[in-house]
Amino acid sequence: MTAVLFQQVSRHFGAVRAVDSVDLAIAEGEFFAMLGPSGSGKTTCLRLMAGFEQPTSGHIEIFGETAEGVPPYRRNVNTVFQDYALFPHLSILENVAYGLMVKGVGKAERLKAAEEALAMVKLPGYGARRPGQLSGGQRQRVALARALVNRPRVLLLDEPLGALDLKLREQMQEELKSLQKSLGITFVFVTHDQGEALSMADRIAVFSDGRIQQLGTPEEVYKRPKTRFVADFVGSSNVLPPDFVRTLGFGDSYASLRPEAITLGDGPGRKNFAGRVVATSFLGAANRVTVEAAGARVAAMTPASTAPPALGETVTLSFLPQDLHPMDGAR
Amino acid sequence: MSIVADTSILARREGTSGRLSDFFWRNPKILLLLMLTPPLLWLGIIYLGSLFALLLQSFFSIDDFSGLINYEFTLATYRQLLIPSNFDIILRTVLMAALVTLASAAIAFPIAYYAARYAKGKWKVVFYLGVMLPLWSSYLVKVYAWKLILAKEGIVTWFFAKLHLSWLLDAWLSLPVVGGSSLSISYTGTFIVFIYVWMPFMILPIQAALERVPGNLIEASADLGGHPAQTFRHVLFPLALPGIIAGSIFTFSLTLGDYIIPQIIGSSRLFIGQAVYAQQGTAGNIPLAAAFSVVPIVIMGLYLWMAKRQGAFDAL
Amino acid sequence: MRSDRNTSAPLGLKIAAGLGLAFLHLPILLIFLYAFTTEEKSYQFPPPGYTLKWFAVTWNRPDVWEAMGLSVRVASISTAVALVLGTLCAAAVSRTKFFGRETISLLVILPIALPGIITGIALRSAFSFAEIPFSFWTIVLGHATFCVVVVYNNAVARFRRVSGSLIEASMDLGADSFQTFRYVILPNIGTALLAGGMLAFALSFDEVIVTTFTAGQQSTLPIWMLEELVRPRQRPVTNVVAMVVVLVTFLPILGAYYLTRDGDQVAGAGK
Repeated sequence: MTAVLFQQVSRHFGAVRAVDSVDLAIAEGEFFAMLGPSGSGKTTCLRLMAGFEQPTSGHIEIFGETAEGVPPYRRNVNTVFQDYALFPHLSILENVAYGLMVKGVGKAERLKAAEEALAMVKLPGYGARRPGQLSGGQRQRVALARALVNRPRVLLLDEPLGALDLKLREQMQEELKSLQKSLGITFVFVTHDQGEALSMADRIAVFSDGRIQQLGTPEEVYKRPKTRFVADFVGSSNVLPPDFVRTLGFGDSYASLRPEAITLGDGPGRKNFAGRVVATSFLGAANRVTVEAAGARVAAMTPASTAPPALGETVTLSFLPQDLHPMDGAR
Repeated sequence: MSIVADTSILARREGTSGRLSDFFWRNPKILLLLMLTPPLLWLGIIYLGSLFALLLQSFFSIDDFSGLINYEFTLATYRQLLIPSNFDIILRTVLMAALVTLASAAIAFPIAYYAARYAKGKWKVVFYLGVMLPLWSSYLVKVYAWKLILAKEGIVTWFFAKLHLSWLLDAWLSLPVVGGSSLSISYTGTFIVFIYVWMPFMILPIQAALERVPGNLIEASADLGGHPAQTFRHVLFPLALPGIIAGSIFTFSLTLGDYIIPQIIGSSRLFIGQAVYAQQGTAGNIPLAAAFSVVPIVIMGLYLWMAKRQGAFDAL
Repeated sequence: MRSDRNTSAPLGLKIAAGLGLAFLHLPILLIFLYAFTTEEKSYQFPPPGYTLKWFAVTWNRPDVWEAMGLSVRVASISTAVALVLGTLCAAAVSRTKFFGRETISLLVILPIALPGIITGIALRSAFSFAEIPFSFWTIVLGHATFCVVVVYNNAVARFRRVSGSLIEASMDLGADSFQTFRYVILPNIGTALLAGGMLAFALSFDEVIVTTFTAGQQSTLPIWMLEELVRPRQRPVTNVVAMVVVLVTFLPILGAYYLTRDGDQVAGAGK
């Protein structure tokens, strides 16, 4: 079943088209990422799902029920806010039990559920503390428990890991993923970190200028970016200009070619081209060799076990034809 | 879990509150209007209405024979303001307000500067409360305290006598204009009390302005060879100026409209506030009282306009 | 202007600041001294002797109690009205951006930005124009008008600190507008409102200029004091009342400071 459906949804703020004719279908139980730079419309999409914003035009459904015009408090959808938005005047337990309280669940029952939720995010016994007494990572878990205790049909996460340091972020990524698997709830999360989106999501929508540039699995988005924007934003693909693509014999458009797909030297079934080495750098597991070929700069990854070619040397590079992906238009 | 719903859209809460909440959520402008209506009605009708009525009355005149108000548009009442005895009142008040403002700034500046730059932690609190308590304590009690202090038999006379300086006090009191038979019935007394009562309003805006100045700016000036006086004149004073102007709005306006201080401590010559009070009370000349009260409104309007151009409102 | 270095102030500045603060506080301390004086007829300093007698005399003066009672009632009701109006105004101004916000702020501040005598005479002439007889309620009308700004200033400062996402979080968790107000907004702005209310009370309790124009025959405590100042009857009683008034107004100010000390400042420049 479709958890969240957007049909031609637009949200304009005056002359600014924050969200522009977006079509989107998120499946039940999916871990869905909305990826893009700030101002790309991804957060507005999340707020449209939560009900904090109303579409200027278009139609939104949540599990088949019309959502536009429904206030946030009547949507069985919960949000983990970027700044966590924990209530400073309530204890941790009261924070987590808040959603059940306003829905009229009895005190004993809701406190028990809140305790369980805290245990689920590995913060058992923290209930009596105040939000101000917790670390950023702990607050993040409380925000998660506070949302999940309501058993929402969709959980929305707005840059949930943005404020955490690297180590904590990696740990939380794994935890979020296993939590999502065990609960079976649809997760929709917004991020500007492509690594996060690639490692966590089942599918990714890449946003730019209020539109979805590409929607697909992490592998599709990573390996076959449809537009130059996606190729630039997701990872470090080489974007080859049409002139160069034509000399390789692949039509007349921009194309993407991942550095890992290029090797030094030629081989059977491979396409090759020559280039002059302009930069090399050691990345630990590999060397990155940047060459200039037919006016374009192309990066290739070579194994760290072999010595990189010298600067200024002219080398032959090759790739398998199926690794080169022509892209839409001239964008 | 039985305690939560399976649907994606929940039913609204029962009763009118649920319906009302949905209604307001869909029509936030109506909620805004409902919130604004009571305060706007109160301030708009009671306050602005009264002010407008007052303004209107200043364009009427009073019939000299019957003492009744003549409800015809005229500027005659405003012309009355220009006759020497009335115009003197205006000049006297404006001059006093200006002097009080200057003196207040001079006294307030060191306090504000110390509080902004040197006071930390506990001392910050001491300074803050040390300004707030006198500022908020009873106006009349403050005036009363000065009546005790300035009285002929009071502490000031005693103090001068102890220092064998009574001759100095007597010499001052024998001066024309600023003197009088005792401090509590002289312009000097009025001036001191005005400063005492309104000066605290000057401290906080100056402090706020100074706190926005990075400390290293002063060190930079000193570092570049700036003499303390030069640093004050070229760095500190210009930066504190918006705060001083913001504070002066209070000291100037409050002095301009006060009628109790000059009535209790001062000579018998009137200030604008007293003139308004006398005209509307014993004289029963509401139009002239109204015209008199337009004077501070106009002066303050001009003052605020100039202050705004100086960017003083950011320091409020 | 905070210097990171622990520089100490020049001596001249220390003296000037100290003298300034002393200038502000000594007169008030003097009031305390005079409350105990045995001298009845003049303001003699130093007092010839000290006594507690005038406290008892004041305690038994019905006119003092009456004036005090009226002041408390006026201040309570004016504060209540100001709390409602000031909070509504602050909520509207800080929650939404709409045309005319600045005008509303100006309108709220105007009653204290203009000299009190103008507010007073304007109200008085409006009352006589509308043929409203002076009463308890005309006093309240005047007081509430200028008390609104104190509540408004405090509430606006706090609303600015309650982040919008708290309200969204509450609604997201299923609380409708009324529940959000009850469980999230009110607890978060409560202390600011209490502080604003205390200051409004202190302001109303102390007000004399507007009151002389709107009071008719009744006398609030400040009016009583004013009469004693203009035509002294029993000076020692006035001394005692003055001291009590100082103590009574200190309490709400300290309370308001305590309630708002972390973060927003008591909106003192708004008296």
